Amino acid sequence: MSGRAEVTEKPVRADAPGRGRALARIAAGRRRWIVAAALLAVACSLPFQLVPFRVFQFTMVLVYAVALLGLNLLVGHAGQISLGHGAFFAVGAYGTAIMLDRWDVPHVLTLPAAAATAFALGLALGLPAMRLRGLYLALVTLAIAIFLVPLLKRFESVTGGSMGLTLGKPAPPAWTGLAEDQWLYFLALAVAVAAFLLARGLLHSRVGRALHAVRDNEAAAEVMGVRLSFYKTLAFAWSAMFAGAAGSVYTWVIGFVSPDSFAVTLSITLLAGIVVGGLGSFSGPLLGGLFVMFVPGISQDVNDAAPGVIFGLLIITVMYVAPTGLAGLAGRVARSTKKILRKE
Amino acid sequence: MVGFLQQVVEGLGAGAIYASLALALVLIYQFTGIVNFAQGELAMFSAYIAWQFTAAGLPFWPALVLTLAVSFAGGMLIERVVIRPVEGAPELTVVIVTVGLFIFVNAAAGWIWSFLIKDFPNPFPGGALEAGGLSVGYSTLGVMAVVAVVMGLLYLLFQRTKVGLGMRAVAANPTSARLVGIRVGWTLALGWGLAATVGAVSGVLVAPLLFLEPNMMGGVLIYAFAAATLGGFDSPGGAVVGGLVVGVAETLAGAYVDVIGSDLKVGVPLIIILCILLLRPQGLFGRAAVERA
Amino acid sequence: MRRSAIGCTAVTAVLLLATAACGGREETGGGATTAAGQCQGQQTTGITDTSIKLGGIYPLSGPASAYGDIPKGIKAYFDYVNAEKNGIGGRKVEFVVRDDGYQPPKAVEEARRLVEQEQVFALFQTLGTPSTTATWDYANQRKVPQVFVATGASKWGTDTAHPWTIGWQPNYVSEARVYAQYLKQERPEAKVAVLYQNDDFGKDLFGGFKRAIDGSGVTVVAEQSYEVSDPSVDPQMRNLAESGADVFLNITTPRFGSQALAADAKNTGWNPLHIVNNVAASITVLRPVGFENVQGIVSATYYKDPNDPQWKNDPEMVLYYEKMKQYVPEADPTVPYHTFGWAVASSFHKAMEAAKCPTREGLRDSVRALGGVQVGMLLPGVTMTTGADDGFPIESMQLMEFKGERWELFGDVIDTRKEFGPLTD
Repeated sequence: MSGRAEVTEKPVRADAPGRGRALARIAAGRRRWIVAAALLAVACSLPFQLVPFRVFQFTMVLVYAVALLGLNLLVGHAGQISLGHGAFFAVGAYGTAIMLDRWDVPHVLTLPAAAATAFALGLALGLPAMRLRGLYLALVTLAIAIFLVPLLKRFESVTGGSMGLTLGKPAPPAWTGLAEDQWLYFLALAVAVAAFLLARGLLHSRVGRALHAVRDNEAAAEVMGVRLSFYKTLAFAWSAMFAGAAGSVYTWVIGFVSPDSFAVTLSITLLAGIVVGGLGSFSGPLLGGLFVMFVPGISQDVNDAAPGVIFGLLIITVMYVAPTGLAGLAGRVARSTKKILRKE
Repeated sequence: MVGFLQQVVEGLGAGAIYASLALALVLIYQFTGIVNFAQGELAMFSAYIAWQFTAAGLPFWPALVLTLAVSFAGGMLIERVVIRPVEGAPELTVVIVTVGLFIFVNAAAGWIWSFLIKDFPNPFPGGALEAGGLSVGYSTLGVMAVVAVVMGLLYLLFQRTKVGLGMRAVAANPTSARLVGIRVGWTLALGWGLAATVGAVSGVLVAPLLFLEPNMMGGVLIYAFAAATLGGFDSPGGAVVGGLVVGVAETLAGAYVDVIGSDLKVGVPLIIILCILLLRPQGLFGRAAVERA
Repeated sequence: MRRSAIGCTAVTAVLLLATAACGGREETGGGATTAAGQCQGQQTTGITDTSIKLGGIYPLSGPASAYGDIPKGIKAYFDYVNAEKNGIGGRKVEFVVRDDGYQPPKAVEEARRLVEQEQVFALFQTLGTPSTTATWDYANQRKVPQVFVATGASKWGTDTAHPWTIGWQPNYVSEARVYAQYLKQERPEAKVAVLYQNDDFGKDLFGGFKRAIDGSGVTVVAEQSYEVSDPSVDPQMRNLAESGADVFLNITTPRFGSQALAADAKNTGWNPLHIVNNVAASITVLRPVGFENVQGIVSATYYKDPNDPQWKNDPEMVLYYEKMKQYVPEADPTVPYHTFGWAVASSFHKAMEAAKCPTREGLRDSVRALGGVQVGMLLPGVTMTTGADDGFPIESMQLMEFKGERWELFGDVIDTRKEFGPLTD
């Protein structure tokens, strides 16, 4: 291992589960489920309340949230930086597009296939990449993201080259009575919920505990018998799989893929999204998705001439105001309100 | 054969450009232990400042001196204002801040100077040196000469000055450095200032070759990263050698390896980064760091 | 803490919902109105007797931001028409510009915002082939005209499934045909080396060129592509020089265009006839290379160059300079992107005026029934013509050669439709 910058590399943990006090925890757990159910209810009612344009926006928030969920697994829980997650997103998107374009695979079936492809690719790339740490991994993943664009163009007969591929969108079954945008939203919501549950399951399993051990102290984890490279590679592959699944839904929703849609900007935006959203927390990916979706539009409202200026400034500002991300900020606000309420 | 040698010369020319930015990356890594993703954009911004001075009627060389001074001050200011608040935060936070800086500086340059190409004065004569069937542009030779000088100066700074010693101490262990009386804050600011200055040299050198517009340095960054990785992030000489090797490898691969071709040659830095990191992570000329958890 | 964070998210979501829900789903068609009388049943969303609302999508941020200058020229034209000509036929134009950063998903979002939230009458220009491809299904589903898109891909004209979308500028294939025609006449045995950008634009133009020289003595002897993420095209230029070609076709975007021109000038051992495509032929690309280095290069154009002294007293150009200064004083009128914006805005003016019904259907039909419409900013002899089997408004271009400090037009205006027949694909 080399590089000395890694001394400080310890993403802040967003939660510290209390030890003991089992009863309190069960109560808290129950409340958490209630909140989650309420959130889901709100999410389900959204498409009936909003204009299709807003429904589309929230659909994209869910797509980004799924990708960020994967990135969160890698960055927030395993402590590895990836600047190339857009590449796995692209693999999922292109995988789905090619299946739809060449073999007319039903939409629903493209998702698991695309996710599995991304997983396998993540595993293959993770084997060498996970021997690297910190900034070096960032460099390698960045290079992968840059390399992917010309690579997609090269295999023109399959990928459609620089012209991209135009695909049909999944049509809502007649019995649902839903409009297309609503149907797409519910598909994205279903994928997002499944992804959240899966990620939760993963983190509460042996894998999750091993990852936390790796993040918090690699050497100690190794001494305790955690097989470092195995778990890190696994985390990389899982996170690639989530990104691939998100890419698949992206293709359903947009109905068009082209290599230049998956340039490095996407990877950087995703990383910014998860860091701003909040690393290592469950609401981080969702908040990050909201950030990625809405902030560029807001930037243009603030400054019509150069939206990039505001977007860059906002990223820096959020890092000052909320180094633990928006999720951390939300937690802080909640705690201080509670304190104030208690005093009264 | 002449064709092949000419390709090598071409690669060395490209490599000199990568090396110039890699030097700035190495410098800031030495001082602060971080990789600055905004380094290329800062170099581009400095080139615009130089352009602004020459457009105002200043001759090239005084404009260059002024630009270097402004860049130095600007670099220190960025450290004080932008980086200081996240000092000691996880590495990831600092990476994100430099990414934010990247987006900001790029957009700001476009806002101020528009995205149209500026005609940037070339300090070197336009022709080419012809010898034995090969031709080397004078501007390419000029870039190489300046890169060599900057490399020498950096070497002296790192190895022969008190400042260099202090900054190595800070990068190695900020807490211990503070305890022995080194002003850590100023050393970090100095690092940013110097890196911005070296970056400014790079920006001004490459602007006449790549043509100045806000996205000028975007494509150079990944090659500069490959150069710094290859040479070792703590070795200025390594960065230059790394830059030249990357330039030649990329050019030859593009010209002679059909599978790669000119469209896939951006894969070359990826392969170089990956191989070096797996086989010799400290780079060709870097020192291996001993890890203590 | 995790719980509180989720709670906060929930609260935020509910608040968002509460504010956003004010719109309400059922209002989707709320703004949709239809016409009466002879245009009965046709859509009049976004248009009244005194106003017309248009939406445009451009990359104001990101790698292609250079094109973000186009809407400034459009704005100058519409501001001028609104203030001094009482709008288009009495309707004041409101032009809403949104940024997509050259990202297709962003373009879809902004197209939906413009159509559903802003309730625009039409999408007037989406920029770039990827962004336009991502949005044209939507525009056609919603039956919203997507007119004069700012991309030269040929599919806007050849496609029949999207009647609501139409291009404006000469498509890249037409441009390639002009160069092919020129070479066939002037250098029937030409050996051509080609540098092209590896994306839809480069491939379309290069592909068109190859098809146009098919069967003639003109051959392509070397081709090199580059990526927009490449730092420089110098290595590609070196490879092309080795080929010994006597014509060099330069299919690039501005910065790479400058690099290729400089590399050609620097290499004294290779002196081909240099043809540079229209996208990189602007004075702003040539000036940094040095005018002494670009003498004799050839290109083709279809609208008036604001830097060309021969248009100095041209009434349209005088008007353009005056109104740019008056309405968009911060923009530099010599930038050809602004002129492009002015030209396309005045083209829209003509098309809208010619519409039989002031409705979306009326505009759709009008842009597909242009009969030799003259636009002041286009070159003399270049007009807009469309018809049932012709989806390309402009298909004529004129060759030009760089002499001294400006482009000089030469030869006649070449109507590629007449010379090569209609474009099918």
